[in-house]
Amino acid sequence: MLNIYCPFCAESRSEEEFHYHGQAHIVRPADPDACSDEAWGNYLYFRANPRGLHTEMWVHAAGCRKYFNVVRDTVTYEIHRSYRIDDPQASAL
Amino acid sequence: MSNADQYAVMQQRPEISGLARSVFADADKSQISGVNPVRLNEIQCGHIVIRGLENDIKDVVQSQLELPLPTEPLSCYQNDAACIRWISPDEWLVTVAENETHSTEVKLRLAVEGYAAIVNVSGGQTLLQLAGEHAEEVLMKSTSYDVHESNLKVGKVVTTTFAHTQVVLRRLDTNSFELVVRRSFADYVFAWIRDAAAEFGVDTY
Amino acid sequence: MTEANRIPGGNDIDYSCPITFTFNGKQLTGYQGDTIASALLANDIKIVGRSFKYGRPRGIVSAGEEEPNGILQLADSDATAVPNVRATQQEIYEGLVCRTTNGWPSVDFDVMSLVGDLAAKMMPPGFYYKTLMFPQFLWPWYEKVIRAGAGLGVAPSVPDVDTYDKLNRHCDLLIVGAGPAGLAAAAQASRSNARVLLVDESPNPGGSLRLSRDLIDGQSAAAWIEKTMRELSGKANVEILLRTTATGYHDHNFVTLHERRSDHLPSRQKGASSRQRMHRVRAGAVLLATGAQERPLVFANNDVPGCMQANAVSAYIRQYGVRPGKQLVLMTTNNSAYQTAFDWVDTEGGTAVVVDTRAAPDPVLVARAKAAGIRVMVSSAVIETKGLRQVKSAVISGFNSQTQTLMGRLVHIKADVIASSGGWSPVVHLSSHTGTRPEWREDISAFVPGVSKQNMWTAGAVTGDFSLASALGQGIDAATSALTQYDLPRLAVPEVQEAIPLEMEPCFHIPHTRATSRAPMQFVDYQLDVTAASIELATREGFESVEHVKRYTALGFGTDQGKISNVNGVAIAAKALGRSIAETGTTMFRPNYTPVSFGAMAGRDVGKLFEPKRYTAMQSWHEQNGALFEDVGQWKRPWYFPQGSETMRAAVDRECLAVRNGVGILDASTLGKIDIQGADAREFLNRIYTNAWLKLGVGKCRYGLMCGEDGMVMDDGVTACLADNHFVMTTTTGGAARVLEWLELWHQTEWPELNVYFNTVTDHWATATISGPDARALLSELTDTDLDSDNFPFMAWREGVVADIPGRIFRISFTGELSYEINVNANYGLALWERLIEAGKKYNLTPYGTETMHVLRAEKGFIIVGQDTDGAVTPEDLGMEWAIARRKKFSFVGKRGMAREDCQRAQRKQLVGLSPIDTNVILPEGSQIVFERPTQLPANMVGHVTSSYFSPTLNKSFALALVRGGLDRQGETVQVSIGPDEWMAAEICSTVFYDPAGDRQNV
Repeated sequence: MLNIYCPFCAESRSEEEFHYHGQAHIVRPADPDACSDEAWGNYLYFRANPRGLHTEMWVHAAGCRKYFNVVRDTVTYEIHRSYRIDDPQASAL
Repeated sequence: MSNADQYAVMQQRPEISGLARSVFADADKSQISGVNPVRLNEIQCGHIVIRGLENDIKDVVQSQLELPLPTEPLSCYQNDAACIRWISPDEWLVTVAENETHSTEVKLRLAVEGYAAIVNVSGGQTLLQLAGEHAEEVLMKSTSYDVHESNLKVGKVVTTTFAHTQVVLRRLDTNSFELVVRRSFADYVFAWIRDAAAEFGVDTY
Repeated sequence: MTEANRIPGGNDIDYSCPITFTFNGKQLTGYQGDTIASALLANDIKIVGRSFKYGRPRGIVSAGEEEPNGILQLADSDATAVPNVRATQQEIYEGLVCRTTNGWPSVDFDVMSLVGDLAAKMMPPGFYYKTLMFPQFLWPWYEKVIRAGAGLGVAPSVPDVDTYDKLNRHCDLLIVGAGPAGLAAAAQASRSNARVLLVDESPNPGGSLRLSRDLIDGQSAAAWIEKTMRELSGKANVEILLRTTATGYHDHNFVTLHERRSDHLPSRQKGASSRQRMHRVRAGAVLLATGAQERPLVFANNDVPGCMQANAVSAYIRQYGVRPGKQLVLMTTNNSAYQTAFDWVDTEGGTAVVVDTRAAPDPVLVARAKAAGIRVMVSSAVIETKGLRQVKSAVISGFNSQTQTLMGRLVHIKADVIASSGGWSPVVHLSSHTGTRPEWREDISAFVPGVSKQNMWTAGAVTGDFSLASALGQGIDAATSALTQYDLPRLAVPEVQEAIPLEMEPCFHIPHTRATSRAPMQFVDYQLDVTAASIELATREGFESVEHVKRYTALGFGTDQGKISNVNGVAIAAKALGRSIAETGTTMFRPNYTPVSFGAMAGRDVGKLFEPKRYTAMQSWHEQNGALFEDVGQWKRPWYFPQGSETMRAAVDRECLAVRNGVGILDASTLGKIDIQGADAREFLNRIYTNAWLKLGVGKCRYGLMCGEDGMVMDDGVTACLADNHFVMTTTTGGAARVLEWLELWHQTEWPELNVYFNTVTDHWATATISGPDARALLSELTDTDLDSDNFPFMAWREGVVADIPGRIFRISFTGELSYEINVNANYGLALWERLIEAGKKYNLTPYGTETMHVLRAEKGFIIVGQDTDGAVTPEDLGMEWAIARRKKFSFVGKRGMAREDCQRAQRKQLVGLSPIDTNVILPEGSQIVFERPTQLPANMVGHVTSSYFSPTLNKSFALALVRGGLDRQGETVQVSIGPDEWMAAEICSTVFYDPAGDRQNV
C-alpha cells in the first residue's frame, strides 16, 4: 500500500485513493492523421518498463480528482517526487 | 459582464412543500443502546459546486457569500448563512439553507464575469453529522485517512475513501464530524456507520 | 494440584483461578494464564499431533509463535472453529475445546504412521512428484487417501458467528515487540509528543525479560517491566496493543497488525466487540524489536515428544509453572542454555545433564553448574533420542566442534526431556517483507536484517546483539534516531547485571555414527517432515539454489514458515554444496508472519456490507411493488415487476406490450449524468465524441459515441445542450465514473487550455421515463409544458413543471416509442414517480424493468456498450458509420485508431441481427457461431451472440450478434451452437427488427 503525495492536496494519502494511469509524459501526436501506423502504435501501446526510476501518472480519484506525475523506483517502490503536470520542471527524471 | 444567459439555471424546488424525501428515509434508524453512544444526525441543506479559476471566483464568493475563497488546500470558511469548502484547486463546495439554494446559485451565476461552472447538486448528496467520544474510532474503522486531531484539525476538509465509497469529511470539533454523503450510497454509508458504532451504541436524530 | 508436571512459581499463572478445558474429548484442568501448550504439558500430555508425511508422534517444541507441532483445531463449536491455532499462543479459558488437527483415526493410533514407518525410506523429497504421476486417472484417489490421513485442520462448515473488524491507524513510531529493546524505545519515544504505538503478540509485555534473571538498575527484570509499563500507560501519546502480531510489513511503512481481542475469553459477547481485529498502520518510522528465536539442534530422532528448545523449557518453568519432566538432558553450543538447566534444578526433584558441544566453555559457568548439582559433559553431543512415543534416553557421543565429528564411545543417559540450543536466530521476517535480504553474520551464526529502503530501525536481539544492556541502549538510540525531528535527549541506559552473557560456537547438525542417509531421521522442519537427509539428497539431485531446495523439500512451507528450521536447513544445504552459508543465502520471508484468519482479513466487508448497494430515490416504491432486482455495477435496478404468480417471461412480455401499445414507466435514474459547463464545452465534446457537436442548438439532444484512442467503442449516451456553454451528458450506468475520469484525463493532460468543467450529477437527478403511444397524453395531464410535436419534437428537451415538481423533460427514446425522460432533483424523485403512477392509472401505466428495456431496445437495434461490444469493436463494426464525423477539423479521440489497417479489414466481426429459423428458440447469449454446421470439432468460430430475446411484439425470437464480415452477409444463414452437438440455424438480418423508419418515436 503505497503512500502517495498529492501535489494538489499537499499531503500524502494511501494508495487506495488513487488510480494508476501508466507512463507519464506520453504526448499525443499533434496531427494524428499524419501518423504512420507504426508511429501511432508506438504512441498508443509501447511503454517503458524500466528497472529503477519510472515516471508515471496517477489520479487522485477519491480525492481532488487531479492527475499528476510521480517518479517511482520500480525496484524499491520508493517515490522520489510527485509533481503537477503543469510543473515547469516537469521534464521526466 | 455577466454571461449568465449562457448557462441553464433553474429553480428545482417545488412551490408546494412536503414533497422532499431524505436520502436516509429508508435507513434503519433504530437506537442501539450503549454507555456513550455515537450520535448520527442529518443536516439537510442546499449544495452548490463551484468550479473555476481562483481569480474568476474569489471576488464573487466574497461579495455574494461574504466569505473569503478558501485557497489553502483542505480548508474552509463559514458564516451563519453558508460554508465553503476547498475540494480541489478549482473546485469548492458551498452549502446554504435548503430554501436558499436557487437564489444562491442565481446570485453567484450573475456575479461571475469570467468563467465558472456552478452546479446545484442538492439532490445528489447530504450532510451527515457524526458525534460523540467514539466518533473518531468509528471513522478509523471506515477510512485510511488519519483522523487523529493532530492531523485532521478542526475545520479541515478532506475528500477520501470511506469503507467502499467516498465522502468529504470535515472535523467540526474534537468529537464531531461532518460527512458529505452521496445519495445512492446513503443506505450503505448509514448501515456501515451503525455497524461500526454498534459496540459503543448509536443515537439517531 | 492435579497436574503431574505443575510446579509453583509460574509468573504468568493465577493459581487461584483453575480452568477446565477439553483436549481431544478429554477434560483437563489448567489455570488462568496457561496456554494450551503449557496446560497440556502440565497434564503430562506429550503427543499433540502426528507428523504431516510420516505420521510420527509429535510434542510441543517451543513456547511461542515459532511452534511447528502444536497446531490445533480450536472448536468450541463449528461456527466458532479456528483451524491451525498454535497451542503455544492460545490462552485457555473455561470451556475451551480443542483437538489435534491430524492423526487418523486418532492421534494415539495413526494409520499414516504405519505408512510412514514402512515407507519412510521410500518417501524422499519429491515423492509425490515422482510417484503419484501415473496413471493420471488415479490422481483423485491418491488425493483422497492422502488428504484423509494428512493435512492440517478442518475448515468450518457453517458461517462464522463472530465479528471481525479493521481499524486504520497512523503513528510516528511503531515499535514491534515489547521486550527490553521495545520497552526502552517506547520509554524514550514517550517523552516526545510523537504518536507511538507499541505492539506485542504476547498477553504480557516483557518478551525475553519475563524469563530473565538479570537485574536492571538493581531491580528484577519483572520490576523494571512493571515500572516501565506504568510510565507508558500514563502517556497520552503512547498506545500499547498486546495479543497483537505484526504480520506484514508492506510498502511505505504500511504494517498490518493482527489483534486477537477476545480469543482468550470464555464467552465472546456477540456485537459487543470484535473477536479479532486487523489494524492497518501507516507509520512514520518502524522500529523492529522482534528479538530472536532459539534454534534447536538437528540430531537423530530429534522429533520424539520431549525434545524441546532449551529456552522453551525455561519459559514453561518460569512463566507457566510447568516442568515438563524430571530428567533433563540439555545439549548446547552456547552459554545461554545453561540458564535452562539452572531453572530446572531450581525446582524440586529435577535433575539435569548439560551436554556442551564446546571443548572449553566458560569455566566459571561450568563451576556454577556443577555447584548446582548439574552434570556437565564438554566436547559432547546428543546424537540420538531413544524412545518412540516419548523421550526415554539420550545417546551421547564425544564431539569435536572444530571438525564437527564424533569421537569416543557412546553413553546412554536416561531423560524425559531433551532440550537443545544451537544458538539464536534474530526474527528478521518483517524486515525481509520490505524486500531486503537478511545478511549472514558468521560471528553469531545467524542472519540479521539487511538495510531496508524503508524508514526501518532495529534494536535488541534482532540486530544479532544478544546482550540485555545492548538491547536497552539500542532501543533508546533507535527511538531517538527514528524521531530525530523531536531532538530528544537520550535517556540514561539502565545499569544491567547480566546473569549469563552469550558465548557460542557454530553448530547446526549433529552427525550420527551412521551416514545421514542411513541414520534415524534427523528432522530440520518438523511440520513438513523435512530431514537433513532429504536436504542432502536434494543437493545431490542438482538443486543448488536454496530457493529450489526449499521448494523441492518443502522446507519452511508449513504454517510456521520454518521459523526454527530455516537456518538449520540453509546450513545443511550449504555444507552439502561445499559453500559457506553467506554464499548460500537464505530464502525470503513473506507476509504473513503468522497465519491470519480469513475473518480478520474480511473484517466487516461481509454480508450486507460486502460492497455498496446503490439505490435510486424510487427504491422503496420498487420494493413495495414487487420488483425483482438486477445488479448493474453497484446499482440495484428493477429487473421486472411480476404480478401474482407470473413467470419472468410472462411479466416481460406484458411489460413490453404495454410500452408498445400503451405506456410504461422506467426508473432511469442510474444512468450516469455529467454536467458540462464552459466556453469550450462544445469544442471539448467535439473532440471526445466521434460525431459532430459544434452545431447542436440549445434545447436539443444528440446521441454520442465515445471511443478510446484505439478506435474502439467505450461508452455512449445522449448529451443535451442546456445553454450555449452548458451541456448535460449521459453515460451508461456502469460507465459513469470511468467516463468522468476519462473526460478529466483529456482536459487536464492534453487540452488544459479549453475552458470546461465536468461535475457528476448522476445522484442529483432522478429520472422517470414514460414510454409508449400514450406517453404524451399522460404527461399532458401533469404539465403545462407544450408537448405538441412541432414545438417539442423528438430529440429536444424542455424545462417544465411535472406534477408540481420543476424538472427537465428530455424527448429521447431507448425503446423506439414516444418517450419522455423526466429529470427532477432527486429529493423529489419519489414524489414524481408516485404522482406519475397515480395519474397513469387510467392509461394502465405499466412499470417496467431492465429486462423489458433490453428487449425493446434490441428490437430497435440499439446497442448496449459492454454487452454488444467488448472493447474490440469499432463504430463501423456496429454499422454506425453515421456516428463518425471524419471531416471534423480536430482529429477526435479514436479517429486515428479506427483508421488502422486492421480496423479497416473487411472480415472483422460486425454487428448483425439474427432471426432463428425456429422462432421459439431463444439463442443463448454468448453462443458461438459458424457459417456451416461443422463435421468435426473444434470448428472455426466466426462470431457470437451478444443479445438475445423473445419479442412479444413480433411474436418471435431474435438476436444481435457479432459475425465475421456480417454486414456483407445479409440474408445468409449461420449455425449457432445451442448445446453439445446441437445447432440452430439463423438468418442474418438487419439489427433493426421493429419500426425501421423510426416513425413511432417521432410522432
